Amino acid sequence: MNQANKNNLNNLNKFTSCHNDTSTLNSATQSRHLKRVVLVGMPNTGKSTFFNRLTGAAAAVGNWPGMTVSFLQAQVKIGGKLTELVDLPGIYDFNGFSDDEKVARKFIAKYPLDLVIVILNASQIDRQIALPLQIKALGLPAVVILNMADEAEQYGVKIDTDELAQRLDMPTVLISAKYGKGYGRVYREISSALGQQSQTIQESPTCLNNCAEITPQQIESVLSGVVTMPDRIGVNLTTRLDRILLDPVWGLPLFFLGMYLVFSLIWNIGLPAQGLVGDLTAWMQTSLIEPILSPFPEIIQNFLIDGIWNGLATVTGFVPLIVLFFILMAILEDSGYLSRSAYLMDALMGRIGLDGRSFVMQMMGFGCNVPALMGTRVMRSQALRLLTMLTIPFSLCSARLQVFVFIIAAVFPNRNGAIVLFSLYLLSFVAAIATAAIFQGVFKNDEPFVLELPPYRFPTWKQVIIRGWGEVKHFLTRATGFITFGCIAAWGVTNLPLNATGLDTIGGQIGQFLTPIMSPLGIDPYLTLALIFGFVAKEIVVGSLAVIYGLNAIAVSGHISDTVTFAQGYSFCIFCLLYTPCLTTVATLLNESKSWQFTLFSLAFSLTLAWVASFCFYQTVLLFGFQ
Amino acid sequence: MTLAELESGKLAVVKHLKLNHQEKELGKRLLAIGITPDKQIQVIRKASFGGPLHIRLGSTTEIAIRRQEAKMVQVHCLNSL
Repeated sequence: MNQANKNNLNNLNKFTSCHNDTSTLNSATQSRHLKRVVLVGMPNTGKSTFFNRLTGAAAAVGNWPGMTVSFLQAQVKIGGKLTELVDLPGIYDFNGFSDDEKVARKFIAKYPLDLVIVILNASQIDRQIALPLQIKALGLPAVVILNMADEAEQYGVKIDTDELAQRLDMPTVLISAKYGKGYGRVYREISSALGQQSQTIQESPTCLNNCAEITPQQIESVLSGVVTMPDRIGVNLTTRLDRILLDPVWGLPLFFLGMYLVFSLIWNIGLPAQGLVGDLTAWMQTSLIEPILSPFPEIIQNFLIDGIWNGLATVTGFVPLIVLFFILMAILEDSGYLSRSAYLMDALMGRIGLDGRSFVMQMMGFGCNVPALMGTRVMRSQALRLLTMLTIPFSLCSARLQVFVFIIAAVFPNRNGAIVLFSLYLLSFVAAIATAAIFQGVFKNDEPFVLELPPYRFPTWKQVIIRGWGEVKHFLTRATGFITFGCIAAWGVTNLPLNATGLDTIGGQIGQFLTPIMSPLGIDPYLTLALIFGFVAKEIVVGSLAVIYGLNAIAVSGHISDTVTFAQGYSFCIFCLLYTPCLTTVATLLNESKSWQFTLFSLAFSLTLAWVASFCFYQTVLLFGFQ
Repeated sequence: MTLAELESGKLAVVKHLKLNHQEKELGKRLLAIGITPDKQIQVIRKASFGGPLHIRLGSTTEIAIRRQEAKMVQVHCLNSL
């Protein structure tokens, strides 16, 4: 019942571009007599945290204005009645024009709703109060939630909630969404507000497009005597950390040092963990799967063990690394440091036609390129969005991380692995920066840069665990879906025609056909074949290597270290980092840019850049006599 | 004086925004983020290489803003000692 269903990209696209297509949501709500409650608030006020608490859903949360860029729905029982709750992207006001704000505005304009919940950051009530006043002016029924009560108290912000509720003429509750304080009252207020509301608001107020501005005088008259803001903020954790982390000289070196430490941690923990899982799956193969399959014909054994099991077992070895990676990612996203990195990098980014937020999206792309591409919706200028989107596919995502860890472990002496891995992350930034520098003339923009720097925060254990578990589930869905499919396809082309072996198979032929293009890069036909499967998803690269060689995870690694030199291995990594991203990313590029030309251009450019970069690296290394 | 000219650490109050027609959108965003007349404002630090300014608005809002945009904010410096 408490299932959140994230609207897929197609749905959202339809919703943002087509005004009349409201039938599905309408009828769904009416046939079930569900009341609809919509969460509205400025960016980074904790709407998604509140939504997760109320519905048990696992919407992505983070201390970054613009974490949620599409809407999420979930059903929850409030006051004994099943109610639909909708989490919308943050809006600064109802006149905002960035794409994420349009999602929120259009939702309110087009879909019937019964109640609006306005969420404010209580410690910034002095400016955020404008939003409930706008909603009141629109005549929408609303409950006001003053969130982050804990932070407001630390700052010394004092709010007379009851008096404020009277002046606003809206029920008002002070809560902490993160720590779960004040929810009893929230449920009561929502349920009683819904009870009083007999009529669903079908048509949005006509003035939504031209909403009255709230004057400072109106704000003053609501807040005076009710809210006391502190005069000055003393020294707190945020000011102390900022003094170090935002230092004009040391800020950037500290950023890169921190990044290096994070990736050495991932390397030093993730790699041994992968070995352990490899031992476990190898044991399962010899003592369980092989005996069970022994009565079957050889071709079936070969297909099940070399085709599916080896591929999946190799990919499974990366589960611990993925969990660790996303736990660290969750801490980073929740910390508030993302905004600081935008501040630190904006000077450089500005010179190449981007801004600090583009850099943050490149970092979010380390997790997965898809949400990073969608995250560009916070930018209003289309040119800036496109230029940023052109750079995001070069961001070294967690799937490519698996490929690199696998290859680096095989071809480099273990001790230097972390440095080699880090160099690929730096290359990822360099490729993004070079791309923007080349094309900034094409995508000219003069988007202003104004960004909130929220206080440093730490995720709760629960949030971290939910995130880690969510990623494991996501990974397993992919593993049972197209990674299996990719492994089967890899087995097919490397085992057919039936009596052929090695380079005589279909796969071998394809690999050989591409040899004139790939051998100047030091990439042999087998590795080429793995890259072809990587068009679908990068996890398949590793799985398909196991299948192509017909070996298990540990043996493949040994085989690669025997047949591939470190120069060839690194050249392969460069190519894999820069060439076309996975299919999901391509689909997202198309959806977000709404342009075939742009998407095809991005693919062609990536492929060209990958070839040129690998070529330059490999030939230079050969020139200096390395192998 | 403009916000861009304000020295780090000095306290000021916002007078008004100086925007031309194309910048109406920016004006709304600045108001929503809290740059409103009579609001207390302070430059905490300036990023190197001509990067953005780290600003505190009132007492509990902090933002990063480019020097370009900071030029549009007229402020009145208070003596802070």
